[in-house]
Amino acid sequence: MAFFFQELVNGITAGALYALVALGFTMVYGVLKLLNFAHGDLYMVGAYIGFFVIQWFGGPAKLTIPVPLLLVIMFVLAAGLVGGLGVAMERFAYRPLRNAPRIAPLITAIGVSFFLENSALLLFGAQPRIYNTSDFISLSSGIQIGSVTIDSVQIMVLVLGAALMVGLQQLVHRTRLGKQMRAVAVDREAAEMLGIKVNFVIAATFFLGGALAGVAGVMAGLLYNQVIPTIGFIAGLKAFTASVVGGIGSIPGAMLGGLLIGVAESFITGYITSTYTNLLVFALLIAVMLIRPSGLLGQAQLQKV
Amino acid sequence: MSAYPQGPPDSQEPLDILESPHGPRGPQVGADEWVARQAQRREYLPSWLGTAQRRFEQIGFWPKLAVVGLAGAVLPAVGLGGFQLQVGIDTLVIVLLALGLNVVVGWAGLLDLGYVAFFGFGAYGFALLSSAQLGSHGIHLPAYLSVPIVMIGAAILGLLVGWPSRRLIGDYLAIVTLFFGEAFVEFTNNVAPSVLGGPNGIVGIDPIRGFGFQVNSNKGYYYLLVILAMLTMAVLRLLDTSRTGRAWRAVREDPLAAAAMTIPVNRVKLMAFAFGAVVAALAGTIFAAQQISVFPTDFDTPILILVYAALVLGGAGSIAGAATGALVVMIIYDGLLRNATYSGYLFYGLILFTLVASLRPWRRLAAVLAATAALGFAVHAVAGAISASAVAGGPHSTGWIGAALRDWVIVPANAQGAGDWGYVLLVCLLIALAQVSSRWRTILLPPTLCLASFVWETKLSAEPAVTRQILIGAILIVMMVARPQGLLGARRVETPI
Amino acid sequence: MSTPERQGQEEISPAARPGPAAGGQPEAPILNLDQLSLSFGGLRALSELDLQVGEREIVSLIGPNGAGKTTVFNVITGVYQPSSGEVRFAGQSIVGQAPHRIARLGIARTFQSLRLFLNMSVLENVMAATYGGTRATPAESILRLPRARREEREVRALAEDVLSFFGQRLAGYRWDQPAYSLSYANRRRLEIARALGTRPRLLLLDEPAAGMNPTETHEITELIGRLREERGVAILVIEHDMHVVAGVSDRVVALDHGVKIAEGSFDAVAGHPAVIEAYLGRHPDDLAEAN
Repeated sequence: MAFFFQELVNGITAGALYALVALGFTMVYGVLKLLNFAHGDLYMVGAYIGFFVIQWFGGPAKLTIPVPLLLVIMFVLAAGLVGGLGVAMERFAYRPLRNAPRIAPLITAIGVSFFLENSALLLFGAQPRIYNTSDFISLSSGIQIGSVTIDSVQIMVLVLGAALMVGLQQLVHRTRLGKQMRAVAVDREAAEMLGIKVNFVIAATFFLGGALAGVAGVMAGLLYNQVIPTIGFIAGLKAFTASVVGGIGSIPGAMLGGLLIGVAESFITGYITSTYTNLLVFALLIAVMLIRPSGLLGQAQLQKV
Repeated sequence: MSAYPQGPPDSQEPLDILESPHGPRGPQVGADEWVARQAQRREYLPSWLGTAQRRFEQIGFWPKLAVVGLAGAVLPAVGLGGFQLQVGIDTLVIVLLALGLNVVVGWAGLLDLGYVAFFGFGAYGFALLSSAQLGSHGIHLPAYLSVPIVMIGAAILGLLVGWPSRRLIGDYLAIVTLFFGEAFVEFTNNVAPSVLGGPNGIVGIDPIRGFGFQVNSNKGYYYLLVILAMLTMAVLRLLDTSRTGRAWRAVREDPLAAAAMTIPVNRVKLMAFAFGAVVAALAGTIFAAQQISVFPTDFDTPILILVYAALVLGGAGSIAGAATGALVVMIIYDGLLRNATYSGYLFYGLILFTLVASLRPWRRLAAVLAATAALGFAVHAVAGAISASAVAGGPHSTGWIGAALRDWVIVPANAQGAGDWGYVLLVCLLIALAQVSSRWRTILLPPTLCLASFVWETKLSAEPAVTRQILIGAILIVMMVARPQGLLGARRVETPI
Repeated sequence: MSTPERQGQEEISPAARPGPAAGGQPEAPILNLDQLSLSFGGLRALSELDLQVGEREIVSLIGPNGAGKTTVFNVITGVYQPSSGEVRFAGQSIVGQAPHRIARLGIARTFQSLRLFLNMSVLENVMAATYGGTRATPAESILRLPRARREEREVRALAEDVLSFFGQRLAGYRWDQPAYSLSYANRRRLEIARALGTRPRLLLLDEPAAGMNPTETHEITELIGRLREERGVAILVIEHDMHVVAGVSDRVVALDHGVKIAEGSFDAVAGHPAVIEAYLGRHPDDLAEAN
């Protein structure tokens, strides 16, 4: 029984990561109707940024600044830089294709993803970069509920993840920018005609999505301890699955989907085997697409003839 | 309900066509062929180039195919040998893959991102049927049995993959097929390792064998592939000019209208899937036989990107485009891996080609090149004066390029860190170049070119394996953004949906 | 729903009831919509619509924007499934059939916002529509077996014949031009030509004269008449231009908010109070009276 809850905790933590990446993914889809395959690679870039911040401040064992400050810098820098990378990506690769048929930006997105991965390979090499989290965050200072351990990194991930998700919900539903984002998502032309600066809104969406992915990347580095250039691809696929399962274009859907995927993955790895985990997640996606393509919380789309 | 000024039309003669200022014998809008063809004329290059283009277009498909086939067959005699033959073989495999992908993406408009899984299926299928892998001594089926079996299997697999996807719109189809492609790699890597070989793949595959003949040398495989490529192009051409080809293209244009015009859209999509799968599987069987071994990593994303880059570069929707794109992409892909001189040729050649193709008028091009040269020498001299180690390293390119560049490009003694920053800066500059106005672009070009050379010499040419992947990805992005119809494709008009 | 609609229907004289314009005996209608209803969630797009089109008859469907006219086309051609009611073509129910099957049975349509195969040539657009009438398999096409060759010849002849129907507009050199190079009026003509390529018995024209100048409108009016005379098709036309409606119709049906509000000859319907109200709104005096 304890094993069940431990796996549950692990699953929810991983799910929080997937949810954060899925959020950016689903927001971009909502606003541009574009599946940004390169989104997962933004997560990877965030993880590397976190690593280099640690190195800059002396390395995991000999930090020159207090840990909380380090974490803040890591998250802020990752959010900012990766957000900026997202904006650049949109301007360079997707904006010229705004009016092209749907398959064009999809092909470009695959190209961007490939480009990012190999650029990371070129700059950082294929050797994993190790965070050595335990050197600067004492993992034993966590919570113990019965025989279930939630270590401090997991707590941080859960708390920060929840805070970000709540923050995003507030932004989308309570602020003017959020309203503009929702308007552009429903009908871009009409929004433009009503005076909404569509280019800015789309750029802001990419920035937010990138920032969330960047933060998720840092969290992943802290949680899983190592970074390689290819983590983005698989994370992207899982984030995509999460978005679709929850209902693409729906923010609560992305959160729900992320948690579901994380938990499902955790249980499959824990109870069955880790070899088939990815395959089974893929199978889950296919099943959802066939049975209920609009996902759990999404809406079916009508096409006007 | 509204009243026309002249009264209702049925009470008078229809209005005359607008009088042409040239009189009744001159060109009339709406009635004159010369006028109507005006837009078409503008699609050709100016003056004699345009005439040459039109003559070329009139030649027709079959003579051109014959010439290409002849050229392909003659190449080994003219001096292709050794590793060049291997390059030729790899190229022809990619040509086959691009041709098959053209049916799915170019003609039917279905974004199949798992296409490379059919290639793998063909390879693994042949590997299982014609090797020592299965059973105690293996099933050593001769090629005339195993290849058709594998192709039929691939068709069935194509139908299986396409069938649940039939109701998915573009983006969803892309994702599902992408997952399928990933699933294939995972499957061959993890499932039934005793049968599929796991990460170590299957080795000891039979060569292509049957009717007493056996393909024993690379030259043999090369000729076999040339024949197969010609055959495939012929078959595809025959299909394209038939009802099936029209149905595919109609489905790509507008599935709703196609359905209203008696075309069974789902069935047509499945046919496209199946055809593409069969061609990919065929390529896979020859690949397996020639390589004598197959591994899961042979069929992963890099190959998918390569085939897509080939198709997009050459022109999706055109048989010639698919083949040409594959040729160009493989020349770049493979050439970068050869030696530092050759890759230097390719890199600088590509840059020069892009400049020549996009900078008009010629004065501007000359100015940019001169400024780049001057800037390079100046910066090199200044850097050398400041710190000797800043220019102590030599350019990575060898041969006459290296000699020419020695005093122009800065290569520090310890190039690593500088190269990395240079790369990031270069990417930023390139993105900026695409956004700014024309005048700023001309001003920014020389420093960008110097920086590009710097990054190349310090970092990129030292790691050709990664560099070529980056380049392929970049080709894909740039082509889609700048010229989506590719080099040989026809400009398309899209209906916004 | 309210009195004016009911009144309108009762006022139709039996003489204006469906019957083919060319010839006397009442035949079974080629198209029969029986109590057809369609709802999108809470929105009732069509309410218990009864509509018949006889063989070789030309019926016009009019009504303000949003009345449900194109929806009727979409239900007939199988794009939408009705919530209730029946659609019968030549006696057979076609509800639930796939659009391409319905097209093959002999119902062809054009689209309000043109949906041509823009990157295909003019001839190919029409030839593509002959897919359902041909049988050659891909293998036969590849090997150029006799059946494939024969069908290809026939299909090409059919396309050329159909295009020649439009005179010089879509003739000769235009055949190989891509459809995107055609002028707007020619594109509308090509839409109709393409629909004819399916060898239909019933043609659904969705605003064929939209965006045309008076000359072109006159041409279209003549064309629709010729389509019935020379090709023997029954035609159901959605139109806003009353000149066209007056010029072609054997019978006019008026819709508003998914409900039939009038049916009869053009003069009967055009002057019908419910129809006028649907298009122009009620006169302020009448409004004051009603209150």
